[in-house]
Amino acid sequence: MDKPPLIALEGVTKVFGTGAASMQALRGVDLTINAGEFVAIMGPSGSGKSTCMNILGCLDTPSAGSYRFKGVDVGELERDQRARLRRHYLGFVFQGYNLLSRTSALENVELPLIYRGAPAQERHARAQRALAAVGLGGWADHTPSELSGGQQQRVAIARAIVTEPAVLLADEPTGNLDSARGREIMDLLTTFNRDHGITIVMVTHESDMAAYARRVVRFFDGVVASDEQRAQLEPA
Amino acid sequence: MLWNALLLAMRELRRNVMRSVLTILGIVIGVAAVITMVTIGGGATLQVTQQVASLGSNLLMIRIGQRMGPGQGAGAVPFRLADAEAIAREIGSLAGVAASSSQNVTAIFGNESWSTQVSGVDNQFFNVRNWAVASGRQFIDSELRAGKAVCVLGATVRAKLFGAAEPLGSSLRLQKLSCQVIGVLEAKGQSTMGTDQDDVVLVPLRAFQRRISGNQDVRLIQVSVQDVASTAKVQADIERLLRERRHITGSRDDDFNVMDMKEITRMLTGTTQVLTALLGAVAAVSLLVGGIGIMNIMLVSVTERTREIGIRLAIGAVEREVLTQFLVEAVVLSSFGGVIGIVLAIAGSWGLTLLLEVPYVLNPGIIVVAFLFSAAVGVIFGFFPARKAARLDPIEALRHE
Repeated sequence: MDKPPLIALEGVTKVFGTGAASMQALRGVDLTINAGEFVAIMGPSGSGKSTCMNILGCLDTPSAGSYRFKGVDVGELERDQRARLRRHYLGFVFQGYNLLSRTSALENVELPLIYRGAPAQERHARAQRALAAVGLGGWADHTPSELSGGQQQRVAIARAIVTEPAVLLADEPTGNLDSARGREIMDLLTTFNRDHGITIVMVTHESDMAAYARRVVRFFDGVVASDEQRAQLEPA
Repeated sequence: MLWNALLLAMRELRRNVMRSVLTILGIVIGVAAVITMVTIGGGATLQVTQQVASLGSNLLMIRIGQRMGPGQGAGAVPFRLADAEAIAREIGSLAGVAASSSQNVTAIFGNESWSTQVSGVDNQFFNVRNWAVASGRQFIDSELRAGKAVCVLGATVRAKLFGAAEPLGSSLRLQKLSCQVIGVLEAKGQSTMGTDQDDVVLVPLRAFQRRISGNQDVRLIQVSVQDVASTAKVQADIERLLRERRHITGSRDDDFNVMDMKEITRMLTGTTQVLTALLGAVAAVSLLVGGIGIMNIMLVSVTERTREIGIRLAIGAVEREVLTQFLVEAVVLSSFGGVIGIVLAIAGSWGLTLLLEVPYVLNPGIIVVAFLFSAAVGVIFGFFPARKAARLDPIEALRHE
């Protein structure tokens, strides 16, 4: 391949703490994800999937091994350089929504654009469009406390995709929702993956949510235990 | 970038109005106190300067006794008119020499009586004291030479004895002396020492000596020095001349004193200025305390908003942006407090100057300084919490409940 893969983990380990108290969360993870994929990461708690997500999200760096994002070794980057990488290429959706409280949905969605330095008008228009894309066009002025859990998560998705990121990292995005709301969220994610070519990496422990993904990676005890493609789903 | 930070800060502060108000209270009080102290101090200084100026500029007062104050003249030989004449004759650079003598006397007009000070003077008095006659006239030479029973009233005496009636031409009684009113002085107000300068009746010196005091004494010689001349040199010359005339030789101390009004001005304004600085400094300490209040609240705010900071960092805010956000919040808070403090101080010191009857002199410099200082308080005390926020680990911060 002439172009490097979007995400390439090679022999990534992560150790927390030092000496006798140290804990090895990842013990040599190899994982390659190409642009346009929709990957579900599964595994029991303590299997290292969250640690892996933090590394994929450039919030943390490997203790050993390498993480290349678009060919760039993330482990070599400074804190602020990683922040800029997140700003320009990554979008995050969390289990607990993590919206700014007492802040309108529109302002929440605008936030990443503010850090990108987008002019106010453009910011406004793009945030409105993103809210409309998640079906909350009429809710722009509502604060998180005035929205249901499903709606809040949709605002969070709007915030994640408003910058048109290369990768959307979702950490148990349906974990706090009932199954009907969960399916709505998954439908949204599928749409953004299929129609906008946004690569999605999602951690979940619900297999019916993982079923939306075309590839399922299972973690166990700090290593990748299985990695299966589901080619039978609709073509990209 | 900075505009964005300002916008974010305003949003954040608006979300927590009550806390914002309480946070800036310290700064508000500090700024208001500093400006009020300085304003009132400035007013007091100006008042002293004005009062001294109202005595006449470049004035030297020569009295009996080693120091100024009551009882000092008791033992010493009083001056004679000849002493004043000698000063006028032998000392250069003088604009005027006024000999006078005073005594407390009850002035009676009709059914009204008023205890006041009668001063025997000549026309030099009006020059030297820079004091004009508001109505009527000064003395004429023949009246002075003959010691005629005529008088010029101070504004207070005129008001007490005559009320709204016209005093010119009337006769009032000063002890055994019945004298005709020929003039009324301009009102001068309080002196530096807090006495009413207008509570005075002027009569020709010779009339005073003959009919009121019954002696030839001159208790006070007031000398005004030409503007270009050095009062210090004139003062020294006068002291030398009087020592000679009073036969004080060698190391014996003077039994008279020459007081320079300029020096008194300096002394009194110096006192008020020191007091102003002192009070201002005390008030500045409250500004410092206000700053610590801001730091306290900002630290609480950082802890409370840990998750928010985590979100911002995850979304791609760099350290400097988070730092700027919190720093700008602190500065906006503190300078907002500064502005409110300034407004309060302008109104408050205006009220206080009215109450204390000192002139209202608002110093624009101190307002600028107070504002800049309050902003600086925000920077200094906001920096530590802001840095704490900026250095949070995004993973930890996101996990924070």
